[in-house]
Amino acid sequence: MEFIDERIIELKEKANDIRISLIESLIAAGSGHTAGSLDMADIFTVLFFHTLRHNSKKPDWPERDRLVLSNGHICPVLYSAMAHAGYFPVEELKTLRKFGSRLQGHPHRDFLPMLETSSGPLGSGLSQAVGMALADKIDHGLTSDRRVYTLLSDGELECGQTWEAAMLAGKEKLHNLTAVIDRNNIQIDGYTENVMPLESLSDKWRAWNWHVIEIDGHNIEEIADAFEAAKAVFGKPTIIIAHTIAGKGVPEFERDYRWHGNPPGLGPTDKVPADKQGAVALAELRTLGGEIKSEHQ
Amino acid sequence: MLNPNLKLNMKMFDEKIEQMPIRQGFGEGLLIAGEKDLRVVGLCADLTESTKMNLFSEKFPNRFIQMGVAEQNLASVASGLAAMGKIPFISSYAMFSPGRNWEQIRTTICYNDRPVKIAGSHAGISVGPDGGTHQAIEDIAITRVLPRMIVISPCDVLEAKKATIASVDTGTPVYIRLAREKTPVMTTATTPFEIGKAQIYWQSDKPQAGIVATGALLHKALIVAKELEGKGIQVEVMNLSTIKPLDEKTLTAFAKRTGKIITVEEHQIRGGMGSAVAECLAKNFPVPIEFIGVDDQFGQSGTPEELIEHYGMGIKSIIKAVNKILKR
Repeated sequence: MEFIDERIIELKEKANDIRISLIESLIAAGSGHTAGSLDMADIFTVLFFHTLRHNSKKPDWPERDRLVLSNGHICPVLYSAMAHAGYFPVEELKTLRKFGSRLQGHPHRDFLPMLETSSGPLGSGLSQAVGMALADKIDHGLTSDRRVYTLLSDGELECGQTWEAAMLAGKEKLHNLTAVIDRNNIQIDGYTENVMPLESLSDKWRAWNWHVIEIDGHNIEEIADAFEAAKAVFGKPTIIIAHTIAGKGVPEFERDYRWHGNPPGLGPTDKVPADKQGAVALAELRTLGGEIKSEHQ
Repeated sequence: MLNPNLKLNMKMFDEKIEQMPIRQGFGEGLLIAGEKDLRVVGLCADLTESTKMNLFSEKFPNRFIQMGVAEQNLASVASGLAAMGKIPFISSYAMFSPGRNWEQIRTTICYNDRPVKIAGSHAGISVGPDGGTHQAIEDIAITRVLPRMIVISPCDVLEAKKATIASVDTGTPVYIRLAREKTPVMTTATTPFEIGKAQIYWQSDKPQAGIVATGALLHKALIVAKELEGKGIQVEVMNLSTIKPLDEKTLTAFAKRTGKIITVEEHQIRGGMGSAVAECLAKNFPVPIEFIGVDDQFGQSGTPEELIEHYGMGIKSIIKAVNKILKR
């Protein structure tokens, strides 16, 4: 795909807006998951503003692509991307995790019916996405052109159910399924390779008959190209292993597993005191405006 | 006497009453549901013949998915299919689905509000020789506690068939409890069935107690009612096949009429059908209750009859419970 710099910069600015809004929502909530939300902002941006076939004014449009967020705890970035895409007012993001809010701590369709699924308990999103892709395969066989996307964390690959689903998708040759792993190398108790080694990750997926693409999960062009490339793969589901930097966008938060489950104000204090964390994060993100360049520049 | 309005099997007390496995009714019902409704799909975890889903899979191979031994995936893939408008039936042994995959059923099916139908075969202690690992006697407890879930425990093959067909259109998750062994066919093709409706199978003029039974043990309860009638003791017998939503109106009226209740189920006493009955009656019309079921133990190998007797769910145990409650 030919990507002009203006388009890349436009998407990068959108990703930055999504990061700012999700940090604001986490500050307002006083709890929630920061690191994964920040590091998936670029991928959510490409999905909602470039790749997905969807219509925020008609969320139940039957022909839409499907997006299943498996690791529901990074819903701040999902909600922020949805708000910026026009599903609901950006202002509503500040109700995150509050009583009566549509924006539950982990996504719940009862409260926000436009969600494709309720999620939180890890390991079941890939299975649900496989079910959605299978439904289209049953109805349309290999001619199905709707795509089912699912986003997984690396930590949740430790759940056995993920591999049950991987086996089935390979067996059923689900060409219409694209899964993305947020390979940020962290989970609650530490770095994934210390908690439970996952490598060699790409070999594991290939063994189950998946097409594997590895990308820089912050390079807009690579992200968009990977989603396009997946559409051309015949007879196999595609897994995109997106190498990301946990906490991306706020250098003080980056690559530190202690930011997995804490909002600004409750994170580790060795770099930034608790009472300054929110302000530092917003300052870092807000001063990026005008400084954003395309990867080509 | 047998309730004439229900058109029950006239050979009810014949020693040669026809016997069929309850799971067969699921297989036949699913086949009919699949013929009537193209949205119906079947998923099985390597037990297609055991659960009788083979009747469906042979007729509709394109709408059948072989999942392998992966019950967690079974539940969540079904959720995804339901999200796209399918009506998935998933089958395995009850011990593994809804046993092993309970959290997936809670989150991806019930919490997620997806109308997946769960057929749990080989429920109860009467699974027999396979032993305690394979005898699901906790499944009613773990399913009836889930919001949105309908729980049905059919008494025979024909009721299972009707329940399977009826479950297609509930718009909710449904758990259908099935048994492995051949058991008496108490109903007929014309016996009415409605999800959520309890039925009085054995009526008396002046009942001194009421037996509420679910599943195949209903037949033993009916034999007890007939025997006791010969001895001048009148009891009524209810078939409570839908355990959730509970038919509180019929059950409360039953308690008012009979005054004393014995519950009979092939399940742990704690948390099962009897507990559901007790919850209802404690609130609406408290009466003495005796509970027949497995008393906080695991099963073992044996013939179904040996096990039913050993764990206190046979005819003698039911009679003993009636005699005990009449003195309360």
